[in-house]
Amino acid sequence: MTQHAREDAFDHELKLLLDAIYHRYQHDFRHYALASLRRRVSQAMQRFGCRSVSQLQDRILHEPEVFAQTLEYFTVQVSEMFRDPDYFRALRAEVVPFLRTYPSVKLWIAGCSTGEEVISLAIVLDEEDVLDRSLIYATDINPKALGVAKAGVYPIARMAQFSASYLAAGGTRSLSDYYHAAYGSAIFDRSLRQRVLYADHSLATDAVFSEVHFVSCRNVLIYFDRELQNRALGVFHEALVHRGYLGLGSRESLRFSALAASLEELPGRQRLYRKR
Amino acid sequence: MSAKQPMHAGRSIEAVAVGASSGGIDALTLLLQALPPSFVPALLLVMHIPASNEGLLVEVLAPHCALPVREAFDKDSVVPGTVYVAPPGYHLLVEPARTLALSVDEPVNFCRPSIDVLFESAAYAYREALLGIVLTGANEDGARGLDAIRRAGGLAWVQQPSTSVSPVMPESALRYAGADRILALSEMATELARFVRP
Repeated sequence: MTQHAREDAFDHELKLLLDAIYHRYQHDFRHYALASLRRRVSQAMQRFGCRSVSQLQDRILHEPEVFAQTLEYFTVQVSEMFRDPDYFRALRAEVVPFLRTYPSVKLWIAGCSTGEEVISLAIVLDEEDVLDRSLIYATDINPKALGVAKAGVYPIARMAQFSASYLAAGGTRSLSDYYHAAYGSAIFDRSLRQRVLYADHSLATDAVFSEVHFVSCRNVLIYFDRELQNRALGVFHEALVHRGYLGLGSRESLRFSALAASLEELPGRQRLYRKR
Repeated sequence: MSAKQPMHAGRSIEAVAVGASSGGIDALTLLLQALPPSFVPALLLVMHIPASNEGLLVEVLAPHCALPVREAFDKDSVVPGTVYVAPPGYHLLVEPARTLALSVDEPVNFCRPSIDVLFESAAYAYREALLGIVLTGANEDGARGLDAIRRAGGLAWVQQPSTSVSPVMPESALRYAGADRILALSEMATELARFVRP
């Protein structure tokens, strides 16, 4: 087979694989952006010693354990605490004052992966004295990532970078005030996670589950095609209260979305939007 | 579309993917200022810089280039004769439909953006209509990607290691993938500037 014929076969087989996963496991990757998926599926093929996507499909369909491990390749992103520190400064300045006007608030981190952003948000809310009245929904489709998020334990080696970002994000204390170190790990205070509900939720197949005052969904939409982006944004829009806020990743926007007219973009470099 | 594309070394090139690292700003400046407004291919660029340098590359490079220089935005269509720079902290990929894609997947070769990630996706998207260029740098990013470009039928140029500020990256590309041309920067600039409308 020539190189090009192999590549055509790859894309065809990839589509079949996504269909098969959907029908067998109800995980819907059919509207994920292909360029990243190709890379991840290639990595999964290497991991399981498969020479073709079809071979991988065979194993995924017949061995749930192989699917569980493949899910890691499909979903886990390297998450960080206080990624884009200016985003958290903008939350303090713009979103927190809005939250304060309510006796109780709900926040949603969609696609929370291993939970670094959940901790970051909880710390901001704590320092701004609104954590006690908050409920944070942290959702993801990957049960293993959710498990890590729930545990709140991260390698201590990552704390130097996280601490620097925490301070750049306007942190008023020291990040080490929020965790204790043991056996090479940073174990974050349970109190930060007491107000968090971790749940399995798919932006591709699930609907709104609660009314919320703020949705943060950063660097998730870049993995979706436009159709799925629109679906997810529709879910966020429906979930938001009147004048509620939506935060996206620094390179994401509503520019290709049908929802662009229903959400107002706030001035500044941060991708913060407000329901009209 | 292909009728309008310039022939060079017997083939038409629709996109040029460039990877640069340590010493790369000067090298890129030299290449970009050689390109005339009639330059046809789109230019996709990964340069390793820390994620905190928001918007810096576009600011530094745009004044030296007759072509529009933009930061790559997710799902933008690739426009010919335009320079797209990978945003710091994101991988830049390109789809066969000629649209850009960003990802925050784990760093590759300790780099995000990674040259390999751009090159491998571009090789898949453009096949023989792609030219890959590896410039100065102190790591090994780009070598596997350049190999992918060559396997898909694309052209590979590498900056002559002896004239690179950091020879490691060109050397590892040559060792791993080889190249159609090994060029000093000034020659490379002259050759690249030939991809113009007839």
